[in-house]
Amino acid sequence: MAIKDLKIVGQPVKLRDLDTHVTGETVYYEDIRVPRMLHLKMHRSIYPHAKILNIDTSEAKSSAGVVCVLTHEDLPGKKKYNGLAGVGVGPEDESVLAFEKVRWKGESVVAVIAETPKQAEAAAAKVKVDYEELPAVFDIMEALKDGAPVVTDHWPNNHYIFPDNHRAAQVRYGDVEKAFAEADHIVEDVYQTQPIEQAPLETNGCIAVPEGGDGRITVYSNTQGLQFSLDVTADILGVPTSKLRFIGGTVGGGFGGKVDLQPEPITTLAAMRTGRPVKFKYTREEEMRVSSSRSAWRVEIKDGVMNDGRIIARKITTYQDSGAYLRFSSYGGMKHCGHMPGPYTIPNVWIDSIVVFTNRTPSNAMRGFGVMAGSFALEVQMDKVAETIGMDPWELRLINAYREGDMKSHQKEVEDAGMVETILAAAKLAGKQLPEEFQKMSSLDRKAG
Amino acid sequence: MSKLRGTGFAAVNYPTGMHLGGDPTQSLVHATTSGNFVVTMSSVDLGQGLKTILAQIAAETLGVPLDTVIVDTGDTDTGPHCTGTFASRTTHRAGNAVIMAAAEARQAMLEVAAEKLEVSVEDLETDGQGNIHVKGVEEKAISVAETAGAAHFELGKTISGRGIFLKTPSPMDPETGESDPDSTQAHACTVAEVEVDTETGNVEVLGFKSAYEVGQQVNPALVKGQIVGGAWMGMGHALQETTAPYYPAIDHAPGDFQSYVMPGAADMPSVECEVLEIASRNGPFGAKGVGEMVTNSPIPAIVNAINNALGVRITRIPVTPEVVLRALDEKAANAT
Repeated sequence: MAIKDLKIVGQPVKLRDLDTHVTGETVYYEDIRVPRMLHLKMHRSIYPHAKILNIDTSEAKSSAGVVCVLTHEDLPGKKKYNGLAGVGVGPEDESVLAFEKVRWKGESVVAVIAETPKQAEAAAAKVKVDYEELPAVFDIMEALKDGAPVVTDHWPNNHYIFPDNHRAAQVRYGDVEKAFAEADHIVEDVYQTQPIEQAPLETNGCIAVPEGGDGRITVYSNTQGLQFSLDVTADILGVPTSKLRFIGGTVGGGFGGKVDLQPEPITTLAAMRTGRPVKFKYTREEEMRVSSSRSAWRVEIKDGVMNDGRIIARKITTYQDSGAYLRFSSYGGMKHCGHMPGPYTIPNVWIDSIVVFTNRTPSNAMRGFGVMAGSFALEVQMDKVAETIGMDPWELRLINAYREGDMKSHQKEVEDAGMVETILAAAKLAGKQLPEEFQKMSSLDRKAG
Repeated sequence: MSKLRGTGFAAVNYPTGMHLGGDPTQSLVHATTSGNFVVTMSSVDLGQGLKTILAQIAAETLGVPLDTVIVDTGDTDTGPHCTGTFASRTTHRAGNAVIMAAAEARQAMLEVAAEKLEVSVEDLETDGQGNIHVKGVEEKAISVAETAGAAHFELGKTISGRGIFLKTPSPMDPETGESDPDSTQAHACTVAEVEVDTETGNVEVLGFKSAYEVGQQVNPALVKGQIVGGAWMGMGHALQETTAPYYPAIDHAPGDFQSYVMPGAADMPSVECEVLEIASRNGPFGAKGVGEMVTNSPIPAIVNAINNALGVRITRIPVTPEVVLRALDEKAANAT
């Protein structure tokens, strides 16, 4: 099924670094060798929500091999950040190193830099933080109730505030309530996912190397976006972007788990302060408990359906568990709006996509950000619709599948449509017998008349 | 107690590109003295094969052999800007940027060859084997290596090109959600067959049969790799994985692969698939993107298959043995 007369594109050419991936000779950030390298370990919050009364680093500072200890007082630029501040997302709500309060168990409080990883780890354990524990909230629906513990002062009702003071990213297309009144069936359900770890083979990490005379720092990083990480690191530390160079590009898996600037800013600062190379590599435990997870989603769907299988209205209210800070959750919430109501043409659609704050590990991107939970909910819902109206689930999907030129609920015409052909191909592969009029369907059949 | 089998399926679409656009990637291409071409980027290869497919796209556009194309990526001092590897965007964005840069470099190469052969550029074509010749007259030819050498040392000309792809930002209307959020849409439909042990609650996936519509495949072997890997991840999501086993409680958070259980190789069933290619209007050679979508269709397909096997209606993931057994208990309670 080649689209064009192509010679090299379309060929199953061997992966260029396949052999070295297998032999272990591929060079990743950790494989660079620099002399006099120091190691950074983080002292982390032991409470999901607490007031910080005092931070005592004296014992850590005098611990064997320790070269430098960094608290929020040592931050030369921003004390709070959001990775997307450069593209207008805000406010900057997340502490670079915690001060005043911790808002999730595992939050970074004090960075300890020592000659060896073991010395850094031992010293980090000697940091003493006095806390006054505060009530915490973990359940998104509890967090939205009046009187719930407030996670950050930026969000007094524990939800993100979208432009024009909306509590949700939203879609309003047609009139769902009118259509529900006209529908033969109403089909409703609630779908729930849980936080998930990206689980890359290589954990988050970087090595920051001072380059001497001109004051530049080279950061060897396994970020998914090199200039992005450079720009945000410079912004947080208040250094000119010309002072930083990021090197990477060969990474042991990302899946969205290496987009949120965790090791780079503090490691760069440590290299600036010590004048020596500094490495900060997440342990597997940090990767699982501290680095962003995929968020949990609660998706409520209400469909208005006719006896002939046409879905004439779909109302969706979605709650995304952002954890304690925003990170990119508002982006995920908007992407959810662009994805729903799935590959179907529905004339009346209402979507509210709400970002909720709780005292858990901040969530962020993962493969299918804003989309995966939506597709899960929609496709389990489609089976319920089929069962409710007594229709074959394949036929239900084919009747409603979008065709080329149809209008989507975010008011963009469908382009490059292929859902009908894909469903028919899967049916054939699975030995599903469909009536002839369904087998003849195509993504162009409405245009063809 | 028994083992019950069920079948379920799911149909999904998937957008290409950062949501709402505004996510450029650039590329620079230049010839070396001996006629190799270096494609300079700062895009990140996460293991999916970005470097390989960018070399294919550059070689195809330049009309030169694949092994004469070098992809140099991953240094912000030397590589032009790339927004990053996420949102199923890099084949589309970086691929288009490479086509633009390589096309400009090809034109420069042909101009040098035309001067050497004393013909006009329009009369020249490449053979893909490292030669440039007059259309229909293969013996009137010059090699790419000789052309590059002449450009450097005789004519003082550069053979290079610049490329960028940007989908201009489309803000979302706060009231209606009106927007142009994506560049194209890929499609998948997965059929899953499962066997559920009603005594232990364990679910075994017996097989996947899927169709994927991804536009032009740049490298079918790497597409298949994504399909199998994505199904594997989807299986973990559907049945096992979470960092909060008792969500919303934060207790028992796993800290290693002993407690964070993922499917192993032995759990992976056969993955039968058919790949359809419906060209994208704006993708490189019609490519759409396959990176993320492949995880999404197996998840609801497995849940639908479990519901089909048991006659229950589970609406949450992961469907652990505990979830299965509680659903069966609830079904039994409702039956009495």
